[in-house]
Amino acid sequence: MRPQEYQQLVQQNLPPRPVLKNTLWAFVVGGLICTVGQVILSLVPFFEPSKTGSAAITLAAMILIGSLLTGFGVYDELAEVGGAGAAIPITGFANTVTAAAMEYRREGYLQGMGAKMLIIASPVITYGILVSFIVALIKSLILGVL
Amino acid sequence: MGNNRVGIQTIAFSRQPRIASSYTIVGPLEGKGPYALEFQEILPDDTLQQKTPEKTERLMLEMAIEKTLQQNDTKISDVQFYIAGDLLNQIISSCFSARTYPIPFLGVYGACSTFCEALGLGAIMLQGDFADQVLIGTASHYQTAERQFRYPIEMNIQHHGTNHHTVTGAAAALLNLGTEGPRITHATFGSIVDWGLKDANDMGSAMAPAAFSTLKQHLIDTGRKIEDYDLILTGDLGKQGSKMLKILLSHENYTGLERIQDGGASIYSDQQKTGAGGSGSACVAVMTLGYLKNKLNSSKVKRVLILATGALLSATSSLQGDSIPCIAHGIALEA
Repeated sequence: MRPQEYQQLVQQNLPPRPVLKNTLWAFVVGGLICTVGQVILSLVPFFEPSKTGSAAITLAAMILIGSLLTGFGVYDELAEVGGAGAAIPITGFANTVTAAAMEYRREGYLQGMGAKMLIIASPVITYGILVSFIVALIKSLILGVL
Repeated sequence: MGNNRVGIQTIAFSRQPRIASSYTIVGPLEGKGPYALEFQEILPDDTLQQKTPEKTERLMLEMAIEKTLQQNDTKISDVQFYIAGDLLNQIISSCFSARTYPIPFLGVYGACSTFCEALGLGAIMLQGDFADQVLIGTASHYQTAERQFRYPIEMNIQHHGTNHHTVTGAAAALLNLGTEGPRITHATFGSIVDWGLKDANDMGSAMAPAAFSTLKQHLIDTGRKIEDYDLILTGDLGKQGSKMLKILLSHENYTGLERIQDGGASIYSDQQKTGAGGSGSACVAVMTLGYLKNKLNSSKVKRVLILATGALLSATSSLQGDSIPCIAHGIALEA
């Protein structure tokens, strides 16, 4: 058998991916996380009436929840079921930072945790900044503010 | 050609070195698997009260070695060589464990095939009269392997059916030319086989051609059939790799495929949700020195072949888009 034939044979024999099941669970888990966020967002104005203020508090609360669930070893289990439903919300972002912080803590606070805490999250930050720069540039060009 | 060689890649040991004593340790997850009773020690937790899993892995290896020596009433000064390997960069678990023993040390690396590489080399030393006793060992830990090859433990990852779960465990064996224990009759060291597969999440499919190549050569060299073995223990092709190996073998009309069992695919139950099954250098080692050795000792099987496979990739090579070079070493054992 030639390697190319074998590669094709591997593709034909991979275990089936349960796409429908995964999608449904991603919807349920992602939906639940967003519902929790919405509840917090609806309650916060009782303490913090400004719109930007309550949005910031909600985000901080979700990050705290994501980090705590990671610390208790629950979030990875949630992601095993929920997939992208657990990875996409900001709780998933908090999870990647906390998980890396926990992992690299063993190599010390500076060269371990400090240096590697963002090892998974940094592409999101890097390309987030790049895209926002491009969008801002386009907006400025269109409005002629430059 | 040397007197002790048969065919192209196989060594036949006329003096038939033996696995005089051995010891296997596994973590709590493996201790809940279907082969739990075959292992000598099951750890209550996977830390052993150590600060890092790297230290735990090292300690497990040292424990396995201590117990192996104790069981045979042997002092370390009566052993001439210590051969060990593991999965970690610079094989630190093995090198660091060797600090404890004031005897010549040889570090080997063959990923999940490390155990068979060490076993084969140890047998050669005994056959060649270079040593009276050789100690071999290997260890792996789920958490150390995850961080080196994959992601932080607590990160949100959805695993596929082809993912492997690294076995937490350690195994050691004392080899000599005595009268106790299974005999090592043949060793077929494999050559690197790379059929261009790149998916690090499906190492089973990448390794199956290596297992196929070594098995085929072993059978040609020795003039044996698969049916001449009561059991062929592959490791760690997992469920996916085993399926691919059987496809490759049936493609060339081999029979007796029901005699092939994979250590990685067996060590966990389906309910344990470990994807394709176990992997890691400890996997085939604990399955051989636990399960297989028990079977040989109780004469349930007479002649077996261990076929340990290794995916010789690194996290860097995967990210750079390289394909996965794989290897398989075969060792034939008789009761």
